[in-house]
Amino acid sequence: MTDHTRPADAVRLPAVRLDRVTKDFGSVHAVRGIDLELRQGEIVAFLGPNGAGKTTTIDMILGLSQPTTGTVSVLGHQPRQAIARGLVSAVMQTGGLLKDLTVRETVAYTASLFADTKPVDEVLDSAGITGIADRKVAKCSGGEQQRLRFAMALLPDPALLLLDEPTTGMDVEGRRTFWSAIRRDAERGRTVLFATHYLEEADQYADRIVLVRDGRIVADGSGSEIKALAAGRTVRATLPDADTDALAALAGVDSVEVRGDSVLVHAKDSDAVARYLLTETTARDLEITSKGLEDAFISLTAADDEEQK
Amino acid sequence: MSTSTIPTPVDPDARRVPPMGGFNLTVLRIELRRMLRNRRTMFFTLLFPAALFLSFGGQPNWNDNAGHGNVAAYIMVSMALYGAALTAASGGAMVAMERALGWSRQLRLTPLNPAVYILMKALLALVLGAVAITAVNVTGIAQGKPHMPVHVWIECAVLTLFCTMVFAALGVFVGYLVPGENAMQVLGPGLALFSFLGNVFIPLDEGTWIYRIAEWTPMFGVAEISRWPLTGDLPWTAVVNAVAWFGIFVAGAAWRMSKDTARV
Repeated sequence: MTDHTRPADAVRLPAVRLDRVTKDFGSVHAVRGIDLELRQGEIVAFLGPNGAGKTTTIDMILGLSQPTTGTVSVLGHQPRQAIARGLVSAVMQTGGLLKDLTVRETVAYTASLFADTKPVDEVLDSAGITGIADRKVAKCSGGEQQRLRFAMALLPDPALLLLDEPTTGMDVEGRRTFWSAIRRDAERGRTVLFATHYLEEADQYADRIVLVRDGRIVADGSGSEIKALAAGRTVRATLPDADTDALAALAGVDSVEVRGDSVLVHAKDSDAVARYLLTETTARDLEITSKGLEDAFISLTAADDEEQK
Repeated sequence: MSTSTIPTPVDPDARRVPPMGGFNLTVLRIELRRMLRNRRTMFFTLLFPAALFLSFGGQPNWNDNAGHGNVAAYIMVSMALYGAALTAASGGAMVAMERALGWSRQLRLTPLNPAVYILMKALLALVLGAVAITAVNVTGIAQGKPHMPVHVWIECAVLTLFCTMVFAALGVFVGYLVPGENAMQVLGPGLALFSFLGNVFIPLDEGTWIYRIAEWTPMFGVAEISRWPLTGDLPWTAVVNAVAWFGIFVAGAAWRMSKDTARV
């Protein structure tokens, strides 16, 4: 326990720290070793396809499940202790509401469980659900229920907020309002980690993107850093026994990937790669494609584990 | 960080942990209001057992002697048990339904201790059980036929209340086995059958084959216990029956609950 944390130390205290965390479900390795440190006030996107281990990792940060190996700490505490202090909140996509309670009762119920909370009326107001406070949850639309979940999550003024696919089902305007509110709070020091499988959203709203695939982190950086990975084009050709070292040594080549008889070269200067392949090797069926953000995401998170820079 | 603002550092030790694992009266108040709003619960709790008492309790031999009181008193205690058991069972089934809805998972994102949650639910079951018992007793007083000493009256009511915990556990168990709203569809007729076999509705003749079967059913033991102050007679088999069924239902509920936690 860090009983005498001075504010200066608190700045350095990571919001989340995962240390060589793994999680197995029987023979399934959902998380295969994640090291991650989130600084306070960061908005971080946890990006990856379904089954990449995002939800499993979030569950461990919330203390809903225990890592098979490794340790998780939240603001210097064990996850359950952080929850008990109201330091962490999470908003899930579905469920988690009692249909026969009213909106106000749901918020008051949740508020009563924390030692320190914001006033119920204030939270209802800032979530924009004061008007439906006396409505039964069952009678609320999907969007209203989502606002209610947010109101509940914001009650303890959490230092860390975990969001699972937060804007699913929101329209463009709703999305914009939502994220500007999130950013305001992050500027006051709240750390936000959101799981998504939309690169677009991650790029637009996160300070930092952590890409996961097969239970591992495959890339970690700002949106522009991730986009840099996506810059350039991919040259694909049929070339058995490709000399990958020679290809990788060409100017402007970012990565070389072999898939069966095909070779995929990701490069800023695709012309040079094409020229080399056609003149110096026996490559045929050559294709050049430009990589969009989604392609970058797909290639970074593709399920196969072959050579990847 | 793209912003130039220096974030205010969070001092995690300035935050307090709520006392008593999150136990509080606000939750009890909201939960109670929620149950009182539920028309089906109120029907089973208040009207149905009282109506049963009025129809059974009016039989011709109502003033015959039964232990320290009369037959009407005997029937009143039985019906109070039936009402309280139904109420407690439906309360238990609600726990399972709340898990299915993801509410239990939501609560795990708060400081509420899971054991405190179960404790609060058990308290609510007792409160509602008390409401059910009171409803039948008040009906009895209003009708004027039941007769027994006041202390017997009170003792019966208190014992009945504790016996309802058996059915709260049964409710949780069945709630897991038969998810959702269907749990009450099973518990309603099931408890009626158990009550019939448990000597709650109509006295069964000792020594008959049906009585021999009935002795093993879950309502039999608690019914004998609830009426003990009135009858002055408590066979040891009844106590064994009640304790054993309570153990079975608690074990069943705990078993299903632990299965369920793995996937929450």
